[in-house]
Amino acid sequence: MRTLVKVLISLFMFLLAVFIVGPLVWLASRAFAAEWRYPDLWPTGFTLRWWRVVVDDPMVVVALQNSATFASLTVLISAAICLPAAYAFSRYQFPGRRFMLVALFAVNAFPKMGLFVALASLFYALQLMQTVLGVLIVHVLGTVVFMTWIPAAAFSAVPRSLEEAARDAGAGPFRVFWSVTLPMALPAILVAAIMSFIASWDEAQGTYLVGAPDYMTMPTQMYSLVLNYPSQVSAVFSILLSVPSAGLLLLVRKQIMGGQLAEGFQIK
Amino acid sequence: MTTGLQLEGLHKELGGRTIVENLSLDVATGELVCLLGPSGCGKTTTLRMIAGFLEPESGRVVVAGHDVTSLPPEKRPSAMVFQNYALWPHMTVTKNVAFPLRLAKRPRAEIAERVAKVLELVNLTHHKDSRPGRISGGEQQRTALARALVQEPAVLLLDEPLSNLDAKLRVRVREDIREIQQRLGITTVMVTHDQDEAMAMADRIAVMNDGRIEQVSSPQELYSDPQTEFVATFVGSLNKVEGRLEPHGLTPEAGLTSAIRPEAVAVVPASSDGALDAEVVRVTPHGHFAEVKVKTLGEVELVSFVTGPPPAEGDQVGVRLGEVWRFRDGKRVR
Ligand SMILES: Nc1ncnc2c1ncn2[C@@H]1O[C@H](COP(=O)(O)OP(=O)(O)O)[C@@H](O)[C@H]1O
Ligand SMILES: [Mg+2]
Repeated sequence: MRTLVKVLISLFMFLLAVFIVGPLVWLASRAFAAEWRYPDLWPTGFTLRWWRVVVDDPMVVVALQNSATFASLTVLISAAICLPAAYAFSRYQFPGRRFMLVALFAVNAFPKMGLFVALASLFYALQLMQTVLGVLIVHVLGTVVFMTWIPAAAFSAVPRSLEEAARDAGAGPFRVFWSVTLPMALPAILVAAIMSFIASWDEAQGTYLVGAPDYMTMPTQMYSLVLNYPSQVSAVFSILLSVPSAGLLLLVRKQIMGGQLAEGFQIK
Repeated sequence: MTTGLQLEGLHKELGGRTIVENLSLDVATGELVCLLGPSGCGKTTTLRMIAGFLEPESGRVVVAGHDVTSLPPEKRPSAMVFQNYALWPHMTVTKNVAFPLRLAKRPRAEIAERVAKVLELVNLTHHKDSRPGRISGGEQQRTALARALVQEPAVLLLDEPLSNLDAKLRVRVREDIREIQQRLGITTVMVTHDQDEAMAMADRIAVMNDGRIEQVSSPQELYSDPQTEFVATFVGSLNKVEGRLEPHGLTPEAGLTSAIRPEAVAVVPASSDGALDAEVVRVTPHGHFAEVKVKTLGEVELVSFVTGPPPAEGDQVGVRLGEVWRFRDGKRVR
C-alpha cells in the first residue's frame, strides 16, 4: 500500500515536471532547429542561423536597449513614488486608506487593454503619445501594485519598538527610516524591484499602443518578428525575453530564503 | 543638588480611558526607583512619557532641572532598554551599540573607545561582531543595556528588563544591572511587576495601582509599613480578615479590614499564654519552611510560616498574633 502511494506520487511529480519543463525543452530545441515540420518528433539538424537572424537585426539591438532603459527607469521611478506611499500605508491610519489599497489592486485585476484604450485618449489630449514619458507612465502603472503592496507588508513587519529604539538613541524620523526601517525591509524591496523590472520588461500591449513605432521594446518587436520570420525566430526571441526574467527570479529566491528577512524574526 | 528626575502631575488618557492619573515622583540623582504594580496599571505608559514616546495631557517631566516635556525622544537625555530589547537585527552588536554615538556625530576614535569600554562592562566583548539573532536572550539583554549606557544618559529607563530571561539567569542579571547602575551612579527608573525583583534592586519602590502611585518607600518600609491595603496585599503574603482582629480575638466592625503577615502569626502549643485556640487545617511544606493554615474557634482562617518542625493537620494549637494592620476604604487606619 505504502509503496503504491509512493509510486503514484512519483508518477504525479514526473508528469508535473514534464508539464512544466516539457514546453521549455521544446522551446529551447526549437530555437536551434534547422527544420522541424509537423509529424516529426525531432528536428532535422541544428543550427545557430535563427540566432544570427535575431542578433543581426539592428531593430532588435535597439529594442534590447529600449527595454533595458525603460525597465530600469521604471523601477527607479516606481520606487521613488511607491515606497513613501507604502510606508504611509503601513504606518499611518488615514481616511480612504483601505479604499486606496484595494483600488491599487483593482487596477491590475481589470483587463489591461481597456485601461490602455482609456489612457490612450487621455494621452492624445496631453500629447503623450509616442513619447518616452508616455511609455514610462504605462510601465510604472503596471508596477505600482508590486512596489506598494510588497514593501508595505515589509514595513509593517518591522516592529515599532525597533524604530522607537532608534528615536531613543537620537535619530530623527527620517534617519530612523533610512537606518532601520529601510534596511530591514530591503530584501522585500529588492523582490518588489525585480518583479517590477520583469513586469516592465514583459509589458507589450500598452507599450505598443503608446510607444510604437518610435519606441519599440523587446516584446513589441516580437510582434513584427513573429509575423515576418519562421517560428524558430520567435523561439529564439522567447529565450532572449525570458533569460533576464528567469535570472532575476533566481536572485529573488536567494534573497527570500537566506536574507535578513528571516533573521529579523529570530530575535528571542 | 538638582533632582535627577521629577515627574509632576502626569496625566495620560488612551483610547478614551484614563491610564495614568496625576502621577508625581522624584528620583534623586544616582537613585534606582522601581515602578511596581500589576500588569496593566500604567507602568509602561509612565515610562514612555518619560522617554518621550507619549505626550502627557498635563504635567511635566523634568530631567536634571530641565523641562523636557515637549521634546521628542531623540532630543531627551534619557535612554531606554525596551522589554523585547529592540535590537536592530541588520547590525552587529558593535554597530547596535555604536549607533547612538554615530548619531551624536562623535569622532570615530572616541566611538570605538566608548563602545569597547561599555561592551567590556557588560561582558560582551567576545560577541562584538555577532548579529543579535545569533546570541542568547541574556546576551541580547546586555547588548540593549550597553546601547543605553554608551549614551551616558541622565536617566536610564528599564522596562521589565528581566521578564524575557529564564528564572536562573534573572537573579544573576538583576545583580549585574544593579552593580553597574551603582558603579556608574546613574539615575534609573525601572518598571516591573515582580516584587522580588523590585525588592532586590531598588533604592525605593513606587507601587502603582490603576494609574496612580499608592506609596513610595524603601523596600523594607514597603513591606513592614504599608500605607494602603493594596500595597500590603501586593507586596508579600497577607492574611486578611473582615472586622477588628486583636490578639484576643475578632470583633465584627463594618467596613474595617484587618491584616497580618504570616510571619507575624506564631503557632504555639495549645493553651499557651495570650494565644488563641486553633486547629491546624492544612500544612504545605516549602523546603526550608512550611505554610501552616489554622482556623481559630471564631472561624478565622490564618496562614503562618513555620520554620521548625511543623504541626500535623488536625492538631490543636495556639496562635499568637504580632502586628496587625487595619484598613478602612483601602487606607491604613489606627
Ligand atoms: N495605545 C493604547 N490605546 C489604548 N489603551 C492603551 C494603549 N496603550 C496602553 N493602553 C492601556 O493602558 C493600560 C496600561 O498599559 P501599560 O502602561 O502598558 O501597563 P503596564 O506596563 O503597567 O502593564 C492597559 O490597560 C492598556 O490596555
Ligand atoms: Mg508594561
